[in-house]
Amino acid sequence: MSGAIIEVEGLSKSFDGKFAVRNLSMSVRQGEIFGFLGPNGSGKTTSIRLLCGLLTPDAGQGRCLGFDIRRHAREIKRRVGYMTQGFSYYEDLSVRENLEFIASIYEVQNPHLVVQRALEQLGLTPRQKQLAGALSGGWKQRLALAACLLHEPKLLLLDEPTAGVDPQARREFWNEIHRLAAQGVTVLVSTHYMDEAERCHRLAYMTDGRLLAQGAPSELMAASGLVTWSVGGGHDRALEQRLRELPAVEDVVSFGTTLYVSGTDAAALETQLTAVNADRGLVYRRVSPRLEDVFVHLMRTAAEGHA
Amino acid sequence: MNRWLSWTRLVAVMRKEFIQMRRDRMSFALMVFVPVMQLVLFGYALNNDPRHLPTAIISGDATSVTRSLVAALQNSGYFKLTTPPASHAEASRLLELGRVQFVIDIPAGFTRQLMRGETPVLRVDVDAADPVAAGNAITTLLQLSQQVLKQERLAVPAASATVKPPFELRLHRRYNEEGVTAYNIVPGLMGVILTLTMVMMTALGVTRELERGTLENLLATPVLPHEVLMGKMAPYIIVGYIQVGVVLLGAEVLFQVPMAGSLGLLSFGVLAFIVANLTVGITFSSLARNMTQAMQMSFFFMLPSILLSGFMFPYRGMPEWAQWLGEVLPLTHFLRLVRGIVLKGSGAADVWPHVWPLLVFTGVVLALGVKRYRRTLD
Ligand SMILES: Nc1ncnc2c1ncn2[C@@H]1O[C@H](COP(=O)(O)OP(=O)(O)OP(=O)(O)O)[C@@H](O)[C@H]1O
Ligand SMILES: [Mg+2]
Repeated sequence: MSGAIIEVEGLSKSFDGKFAVRNLSMSVRQGEIFGFLGPNGSGKTTSIRLLCGLLTPDAGQGRCLGFDIRRHAREIKRRVGYMTQGFSYYEDLSVRENLEFIASIYEVQNPHLVVQRALEQLGLTPRQKQLAGALSGGWKQRLALAACLLHEPKLLLLDEPTAGVDPQARREFWNEIHRLAAQGVTVLVSTHYMDEAERCHRLAYMTDGRLLAQGAPSELMAASGLVTWSVGGGHDRALEQRLRELPAVEDVVSFGTTLYVSGTDAAALETQLTAVNADRGLVYRRVSPRLEDVFVHLMRTAAEGHA
Repeated sequence: MNRWLSWTRLVAVMRKEFIQMRRDRMSFALMVFVPVMQLVLFGYALNNDPRHLPTAIISGDATSVTRSLVAALQNSGYFKLTTPPASHAEASRLLELGRVQFVIDIPAGFTRQLMRGETPVLRVDVDAADPVAAGNAITTLLQLSQQVLKQERLAVPAASATVKPPFELRLHRRYNEEGVTAYNIVPGLMGVILTLTMVMMTALGVTRELERGTLENLLATPVLPHEVLMGKMAPYIIVGYIQVGVVLLGAEVLFQVPMAGSLGLLSFGVLAFIVANLTVGITFSSLARNMTQAMQMSFFFMLPSILLSGFMFPYRGMPEWAQWLGEVLPLTHFLRLVRGIVLKGSGAADVWPHVWPLLVFTGVVLALGVKRYRRTLD
């Protein structure tokens, strides 16, 4: 079966009269790595919980793995591997005991062997007797990933799985995710890291409970209509200030000695930048917009739309 | 595989709970040592046959009869006479302050009335707040006064038992109108300790998972509510039996409380009672939003259990509404059950009327707990 693994329509959820997710519609295809982005409190965790039946939606409907999210939450739970945002395994159990517990809860065949293999695969074997509470953050994440893979789920829901993990471990984590996707596992992952977002097949961007945009990273860049120039060669605060005040400039970000200037009106941006350069020896180059700029742009236009 | 109960999952939850309980050394030690401590504390008051109890005598009648009565009291060793109070009011005050445990009031003309064959009143006020302490002394008082009067040839010969006694000993127990007998306490203590630990420990069960965030994970798995609840209860059944063993052993070794009935029958009754309390704890755990609330609920359950079950105050002395309330509590039935078995040697047939209320209670409370167990994070 290929096609949509997750297909939801108009999902809404509010807490104490305040919307956490409103009117969420999205679809995730099989074998896809789908990234979920958005600022803190934008409703990513809430959306994921709605998808796996941990929260009941106030409105809307949808299917996950072919099961109705309202009526067949139990069937979904059997087939989904959910990694919570915070560590939610037992700190007073050892690594191995945690995995064995989860394996039995999912009624995995031959749990002993499955746990053994999971330990080896994620390099946890030397730490199997350590209490989970005594693990460092990165190892906790690995344990959590190992635990939610035990029952060989068809769909992985990973909520900020690499928060606070070092770059090396993050890279390995993502290699693992790509390996799983290649085997046909669908992965929905939330993150705040742009480099991770770029490794997703498709992305969804949320703010304030709303889905602002959805699509492949390149599609999102194109759709934003954003143009970015890098400005190199002797930058100071005065220049940054001056560029910021140009009418066509939407945002200026500095990276080391380079400034990145972006805006939506390509022609106006170019003329105005050239005008500034008249009295200085700056080096301009047109670059492809970075994903982060695209999201900042999306948020800004969303905010203007509200105001 | 059964759809409504998976043995694998149930065993998995039990195993996890066992390991967690074992790792929590502090709680485990408490659960074993609390019974020992309680037993020694309660038992100390009960085991001692206290002597030299401070006693004030107000005598309005100075004759050889009353003098030998007073001397006999003093010689018995149970009573330590204080300087005689000046008035009834002062005597009453001494009693109230706890300076004396007994006030013996020999009225004026006591001897004369005896001689005439009338029935004078010997009034004894006793601070029975600690009934155990006073019990033996009162018995001695009764025997001694009979003896003294016999010596003085004023008592009616024992042969004519139908004739009314020469004087009336009017005992006024204060602060605890009915005396609770010593042996009642140890078996009762078993029930109180079980209620305390079983309810409290399990009440923390689900709320702890909620507070530590592990519940989110648990809820995302296919485990069923009753599997979680039953799995969480199981380890405490063993803890309960350990506690019962400790209390029974202590009762035997320290206080020589006789064990009249069958241990097997007692174990069965204990099981029913433990499970009843566990369901209360686990249901609180499902209802509470955090550990503090769970603790508060446990205390709200503990108080009536101790006060209205007949442990603290005699059941028949309570007002009717309190008795009705008491009838709902598992401890009430367990006290009857355990006192029956331990003290009277009751058999299965006698015990059954106290067991089925426990079973009904368990069923109702567990149903409520499973119903209220959160299935989502809403
Ligand atoms: N159980 C809850 N009760 C009340 N409000 C909640 C609850 N869960 C989430 N919210 C609110 O819903 C909104 C969305 O929260 P959510 O956790 O989904 O955000 P998020 O995108 O995951 O944020 P972050 O990046 O910080 O993890 C927030 O305003 C939050 O305060
Ligand atoms: Mg979140």
